[in-house]
Amino acid sequence: MKTMLTIISNALCRMTGRNAGAQTVSEGARVVVSRSFADFTPQATFNIKKCDLHRLEDGPPLAAELTRDQGLHYYRTMQTVRRMELKADQLYKQKIIRGFCHLYDGQEACAAGIEAAINPTDHLITAYRAHGYTYTRGVAIKEILAELTGRKGGVAKGKGGSMHMYAPHFYGGNGIVGAQVPLGAGIALACQYQGNNQLCVTLYGDGAANQGQLFESFNMAALWKLPCIFICENNKYGMGTSVERASASTDYYKRGDFIPGIRVDGMDVLCVREATKFAADHCRAGKGPIIMELQTYRYHGHSMSDPGVSYRTRDEIQEVRTKSDPISLLKERMLSNNMASVEEFKEIDVDIRKQVEEAAQFATSDPEPPLDDLCNHIFYNNPPLEVRGTNPWSKLKSVS
Amino acid sequence: MAASLRCFLRSGKNAVSALGQREFHRSAPAAAQVTVRDALNQAMDEELERDERVFLMGEEVAQYDGAYKVSRGLWKKYGDKRIIDTPISEMGFAGIAVGAAMAGLRPICEFMTFNFSMQAIDQVINSAAKTYYMSAGLQSVPIVFRGPNGASAGVAAQHSQCFAAWYAHCPGLKVVSPWNAEDAKGLLKAAIREDNPVVFLENELMYGVPFEMSDETQSKDFIIPIGKAKIERAGTHVTLVSHSRMVGLCLDAAAVLSKEGIECEVVNLRTIRPMDVESIEASVMKTNHLVTVEGGWPQFGVGAEICARIMEGPAFNYLDSPVTRVTGVDIPMPYAKILEDNSLPQIKDIIFSVKKTLNV
Repeated sequence: MKTMLTIISNALCRMTGRNAGAQTVSEGARVVVSRSFADFTPQATFNIKKCDLHRLEDGPPLAAELTRDQGLHYYRTMQTVRRMELKADQLYKQKIIRGFCHLYDGQEACAAGIEAAINPTDHLITAYRAHGYTYTRGVAIKEILAELTGRKGGVAKGKGGSMHMYAPHFYGGNGIVGAQVPLGAGIALACQYQGNNQLCVTLYGDGAANQGQLFESFNMAALWKLPCIFICENNKYGMGTSVERASASTDYYKRGDFIPGIRVDGMDVLCVREATKFAADHCRAGKGPIIMELQTYRYHGHSMSDPGVSYRTRDEIQEVRTKSDPISLLKERMLSNNMASVEEFKEIDVDIRKQVEEAAQFATSDPEPPLDDLCNHIFYNNPPLEVRGTNPWSKLKSVS
Repeated sequence: MAASLRCFLRSGKNAVSALGQREFHRSAPAAAQVTVRDALNQAMDEELERDERVFLMGEEVAQYDGAYKVSRGLWKKYGDKRIIDTPISEMGFAGIAVGAAMAGLRPICEFMTFNFSMQAIDQVINSAAKTYYMSAGLQSVPIVFRGPNGASAGVAAQHSQCFAAWYAHCPGLKVVSPWNAEDAKGLLKAAIREDNPVVFLENELMYGVPFEMSDETQSKDFIIPIGKAKIERAGTHVTLVSHSRMVGLCLDAAAVLSKEGIECEVVNLRTIRPMDVESIEASVMKTNHLVTVEGGWPQFGVGAEICARIMEGPAFNYLDSPVTRVTGVDIPMPYAKILEDNSLPQIKDIIFSVKKTLNV
């Protein structure tokens, strides 16, 4: 009986493209403890929020298709970033991580959604809240955590820290607010110059949106039709300053003036994905740059030295957690459409916890970089040189 | 007469009007007279041809042929893709150039003068210079920032600052300061081929000055290694160390002093960072006296660094007197000619300082 209902519901789903049919079946289906793979809905279509448009006739579609595999992948990605950031929080409080640590939890749908819409050969650059993107761009958890703890196994061998992690086609991690935006436009220029049909995703925050160099970049990107997607991650606060107190116009998607813009629900990974796909198509068609504003939220304060409650209320944070958490949103969607089971999600959670724990173990036990690495990596492709130490008799060696 | 004509030419005063416009030439006859401007132009032309990743961007570099005509003819030859006119957005276009370098191109980013580089200095230092180190070797930045540096003539305080000391302070950068046409060509080619950020400090007053260029220097692979100084004139009594336009003044002062029996050894630094201290030390160990000459301000300057380095090394014991620094006057550059002339080292200041150092 159960099997027959499942077959009917699957058929209904395929025919109508709506999840209504699946709803009634899954209630009963959830009672069964073990499920075979074939019992799950392989694909469903979800309505997503309409994006506000600036200088655009049409925008991203109002519905997104999600396969079971995709859903589980996005879930895994977001949950990994979430757990990794929480682990970083823990390590920071234990004073094993020091200095700056800007955490990304709450904003996972942005990183996961963007990565789902671009190719690994596309390029991405962001600011200092970069751990999520470092992961989605391919760096292993343990290399990220070991960089935070300043060990030689870190992705930058401990030389960079939280804000300076790099990978192929990922340009960090940038500490100076707004400086990454002209860099991103330059990477897009290189794509155009080399004619490789690649694009650059250039991220910045609501705080950086008021930097002059952004407008210089917008001007040149539009003038030269650079394949650049400028993305403002609007998490409502630039450090401790709310958007209303910082910007005469908080319509960040319109701030590019002559550049078309889209305002996107940044808590919905599917919304982010569809908008990014739309933006990528726009760029690859040679239409020039485009701006996306992702409305998102960070649970932590600006950095680990900011409790995050002097300029916003705990109620506000709690409300976002309960009503708009990106991971919960995706999970509920998949569960209510019988695309996966609660147990399955639990298994994924357990696995991620294990991976993060192992990574943290590595990050705390790996040795610090050796002192003779101190002066290395000043210049690329250069013969070894001598570097002055703290006193005239201290002559240190530097290799490329 | 010939000597004073040479002085006149080297100092660059009204040199352009005196010599008339030179045609941009690609294949020059043997041992030709080439201006610094044309030498820079040749260097860029040859490197643009050699490597299609190389491109030039800056204000007025394309259709205007360059604010100081250094890039004359390049846009006509290479087009919009390789020679890019930018809006007046230093911070923006310097950042764009750095990003392009990170993504595989080899940009030459021109600042109309280095005074305007202050708008963009964050991109030069924090995005370009430090990145290879911060990424522990994952991300290199092969870029050249070039343009006229230091005093010009009558352009007043905001347009006359020397940035050699500012940029040479920072690890991760190479800072180059050519004097003559040979320096300009060989060092610019080296800078463009260099896989790391180079700040290339030209001098507007030198652009129109012609110099003899040997056959060897006309070769398309003529490179002057970054980090090596050159002895422009051998001497025995005192070492004069300088860079850029002041090298010419040192040679002029040396010519005058020679008549009085004082033989100066003139060292042309060519590169400010990494500085070729060994060459200075070798010279000082021979002459026992050192005078540094620069156009920039005295405090925390190139001369100050040379003093410190000499004290820390073997040459200190060979000094018969403290090192003397000849520098620009410690003031913002005034406008009126008489004031401007007295704000920078003149030949007589160098002669005076040498004699004081030698106690004669």
